[in-house]
Amino acid sequence: MVKLDAKIPEGPLAQKWDNYKANQKLVNPANKRKLDIIVVGTGLAGASAAASFGEMGFNVKVFTIQDSPRRAHSIAAQGGINAAKNYPNDGDSVYRLFYDTVKGGDYRAREANVYRLAQVSNSIIDQCVAQGVPFAREYGGLLDNRSFGGAQVSRTFYAKGQTGQQLLLGAYQALMRQVHQGSVELHTRTELVEIVIVDGKARGIIARNLVTGKLERYFGHAVVLATGGYGNTFFLSTNAMGSNGSAAWRAYKKGAMFANPCFAQIHPTCIPVHGKFQSKLTLMSESLRNDGRIWVPKKKEDAEAIRAGKLRPVDIPEEDRDYYLERRYPAFGNLVPRDVASRAAKERCDAGYGVGATGLAVYLDFKSAIERLGRDAIEARYGNLFQMYEKIVDENPYETPMMIYPAIHYTMGGLWVDYELQTTVPGLFAAGEANFSDHGANRLGASALMQGLADGYFILPYTIQNYLADDISTPRMSTNEKEFEEAEKAAKERLDKIMSIQGKRSVDSIHKELGLVMWDFVGMSRNKEGLQQAIEKIRSIKKEFWSNVRIPGSSEGMNVELEKASRLADFIEIGELMAIDALHREESCGGHFREEYQTEDGEALRQDDKFSYSACWLYKGEDQDPELHKEELKFEVVKPVQRNYK
Amino acid sequence: MSSTLGSSIGKKLLMSISGLFLILFLVVHLTVNSFLLVPDGGDLFNAGAHFMATNPAVRVIEPLLALGFIIHILYGVKLTLENRRARGPERYASGKKTQGVSWASQNMLVLGITVAAFLVLHIANFWVKMKITGDPRLEHTTIEIGGVPTQVENAYALVNTTFSYLWIVVVYVIGAVGLAIHLSHGFWSAFQTIGFSNQLWRKRLTILGNIFAWIIGVGFSSIAILQYLFYQPN
Amino acid sequence: MEKTINIKLRVWRQAGPKAKGRFETYELKNISTDSSFLEMMDILNEQLISEGKEPVAFDHDCREGICGMCSLYINGRPHGPDDRVTTCQLHMRKFKDGETITVEPWRSAGFPIIKDLIVDRSAFDKIIAAGGYISVSTGGVPDANAIPIPKEAADEAMDAASCIGCGACVAACKNGSAMLFVSAKVSHLALLPQGRVEAARRARNMVAKMDELGFGNCTNTGACEVECPKGISLANIARLNREFLKAKLKE
Repeated sequence: MVKLDAKIPEGPLAQKWDNYKANQKLVNPANKRKLDIIVVGTGLAGASAAASFGEMGFNVKVFTIQDSPRRAHSIAAQGGINAAKNYPNDGDSVYRLFYDTVKGGDYRAREANVYRLAQVSNSIIDQCVAQGVPFAREYGGLLDNRSFGGAQVSRTFYAKGQTGQQLLLGAYQALMRQVHQGSVELHTRTELVEIVIVDGKARGIIARNLVTGKLERYFGHAVVLATGGYGNTFFLSTNAMGSNGSAAWRAYKKGAMFANPCFAQIHPTCIPVHGKFQSKLTLMSESLRNDGRIWVPKKKEDAEAIRAGKLRPVDIPEEDRDYYLERRYPAFGNLVPRDVASRAAKERCDAGYGVGATGLAVYLDFKSAIERLGRDAIEARYGNLFQMYEKIVDENPYETPMMIYPAIHYTMGGLWVDYELQTTVPGLFAAGEANFSDHGANRLGASALMQGLADGYFILPYTIQNYLADDISTPRMSTNEKEFEEAEKAAKERLDKIMSIQGKRSVDSIHKELGLVMWDFVGMSRNKEGLQQAIEKIRSIKKEFWSNVRIPGSSEGMNVELEKASRLADFIEIGELMAIDALHREESCGGHFREEYQTEDGEALRQDDKFSYSACWLYKGEDQDPELHKEELKFEVVKPVQRNYK
Repeated sequence: MSSTLGSSIGKKLLMSISGLFLILFLVVHLTVNSFLLVPDGGDLFNAGAHFMATNPAVRVIEPLLALGFIIHILYGVKLTLENRRARGPERYASGKKTQGVSWASQNMLVLGITVAAFLVLHIANFWVKMKITGDPRLEHTTIEIGGVPTQVENAYALVNTTFSYLWIVVVYVIGAVGLAIHLSHGFWSAFQTIGFSNQLWRKRLTILGNIFAWIIGVGFSSIAILQYLFYQPN
Repeated sequence: MEKTINIKLRVWRQAGPKAKGRFETYELKNISTDSSFLEMMDILNEQLISEGKEPVAFDHDCREGICGMCSLYINGRPHGPDDRVTTCQLHMRKFKDGETITVEPWRSAGFPIIKDLIVDRSAFDKIIAAGGYISVSTGGVPDANAIPIPKEAADEAMDAASCIGCGACVAACKNGSAMLFVSAKVSHLALLPQGRVEAARRARNMVAKMDELGFGNCTNTGACEVECPKGISLANIARLNREFLKAKLKE
């Protein structure tokens, strides 16, 4: 029986992390050399963790499916990274960052973890500046800050619209420094296909070399998964094409619990879908909502005419435009949080007022901002975004309103971890988006980068020692042991099975089918009936996959379709668990909106008396229902209240 | 030091320094050549040539100049060969359609060969005759230098006669134009290689380089043409 | 409303690093001009799979122009016939109905082909490993605002740091030179006071590694700058030359 123990340290909230560090076990330098750590994934969390472990003297093996650690999807984050530096002297503090994060997460995160995140946020900025991350500066030479959604202070550090890129390159460079020094062994184009458990502890991985197609065995005293989120379950998302949930899913199948899978974030300002061959959705920075006004036509016939190409948005007179966010939320207007803005757009489009060829888009209009501030000012603020939009859509947003629509962007759920970021499998750790820890049911802007780097630079390097200290006399295992052999055999059988189907359908066509089910029933708003339907549909998609997918070529050498198929097989199961979790959570909170649980005004209605817990799912076998375990959330410092943006 | 000059930037440094040195030489050469256009029957030019031939500093510089040429040519060839290797065995089937890259910059070796070919003729025409074999046309003539009558070689006569052949003039014009195009990239490139460039200076150096290149190109060729057209004894 | 075109694709196919490659021609009908180039490649692959053939292997990931994973030399240009974009940001509206589009991998001795259009760019990682960082370990660093940095320097460093490591510079260069890539990293770090401390060492080591890996010598043609999707300036190469020569003089 697996028991959930979050291992939250004793003491008042503000002293828990210090208490932990004061009492944890350490590994002396001579012993560090004898210990191997496997890190899977080289995004912000993985690269920063691997670099830090290497610097400390551990032997590190790091794996990425990309051709270089620098490609990870952390690179695409535009906006910035939060920290409680209070440089602008506007009243920020560790407590306030903690409070905003817990509140923004709709009171579904663990207080102790979030407080620690806020505490180490400042060290991240110091670290990154020392590494040479070129954050924006003021003329005085000091760091600049900007404000971001969900906060009343300016605490976001940024590097143009490429903050994720710069932070990732910082971590990547630190990692490559360790590769050069020999403390980190880098494996690119290598994908985890199985986790090796020896005597109940994670002791290694089986990885597929994506170039040769060969399965390889690697031993580690501990294994860290920093493999990102599972947003691509929806097929269309803002995630990179390669982002996948497979490593986390392998862990789940080996006994690591999966927490809150239904918490997925929808981002309101993405470029709408244009056609059935669309592969990917592009995010436009949320900052656009600072000056853009969101609207759809007031009259259905106008919307229809626009969809048919007979009317242009500029032809619609002011009085026939419905600025629905300003109408519904006079206090916050266009700046309501992501989930609220997304649902409102969906509501209008479902009601038949959507624009664009598909009817699944709303306008984001800069006309009044351009009139008020001048075109130059708008260009200075958003020039690169406007240009990006024009390249994709071929319309000039200075002259005609942009079209936007919500898209899946980030998954708050993930592998359950305790305070030490350890999963329910001893020796198996999870960091960054791959774990469930800090964002509750909704993530605030500029917090993903913060969490990834906090986990990698400042938390795992401590907590993993506490685990490894008991392992100093465990010798390196030979990968010829039977556990490795069996794991490799299982992985090979699975891949062979996929190859042997030789049906009629391509991987993408099945993935698209899954994505549509997810988007329609497990997307922005969900209900009991729809979720039950979704589970049925997903199960039949699973059957279809295992009986009708077609993979050309062989498992020898590079086979991109096989890689995709292996990931899709997992996405299908993740999708099912998301639906199961969404069905069980009979409340609305953050990114999870159940139509049955809303206020009269259509706002999310939490059920704190019943659902103030993290739902942790334990794998019970191929055709068994997963088992629900609950980590009750105790709010000792922050008192949960209903969110209100009116 | 050897590791410096063996590195890619080091090899380029040699190209740059030798190139800049040759550029200086061109300035002096063109200055002296411009005396050919003074209609004094060649006295000023002969004085200039005499100065260049007898000045001890020039004697020191001459082997240096030869060295400059040799380094520039050898390293030019070496770099091109290395770069072809770095390019890999396959060429793009769809060609190169990158806009805004000057033709000169892509064809420095071809231009260099053009200039070098011209140089062979040039050296055979003048330097060999003046320094080694001698030539009847070089018979001494007397001119006044600083009021003192001095016996000098009649270099002017040699030049003047040489430029009476149309084919030689045509070759000279081709050589000079090739040189100009070579310089239109080489001038700014030399500065870029030693690190003397940035966003602003790049523009300045390119403009300056082009002006310089065409002063050199037009200068040398026009002297040959004018000599052919207007300076021949009837 | 939606415009579609028919195109012919000439795609480089190569089974493996040592296999002999060749061009294959495929016809595609009714491609929406709104689709991106890589979406068109997806359509091609769907078509190939349905015909029981092996799909074309190509590198791609973020599809929003920042990860640097996508490559492709399209109709004579790295990242195709548009300026300041990566291949994933290139759209089919840049092509004409009936056009033949030639798609090739990056060609350079430094980037050997792995399969079809995929090349091995790990040489870039090796160059970064040789010195493309500031040698600070996690923790024990001063406060972020301890060293003021002039805004101009920070902005210029940011511009240099925008490099996405896609390799278009090498692909465009007639010399197969990696100088723009190397100079971008050397510049980014040399412009910041934190990075000045080991600027000389960094320039020396990165250039030495670049040379060792068989990249060509820069002849300042500027093709790299034109084709760089992020507009990394040639001025960075001048700075690298300066840094390198200064470093060597100090030896």
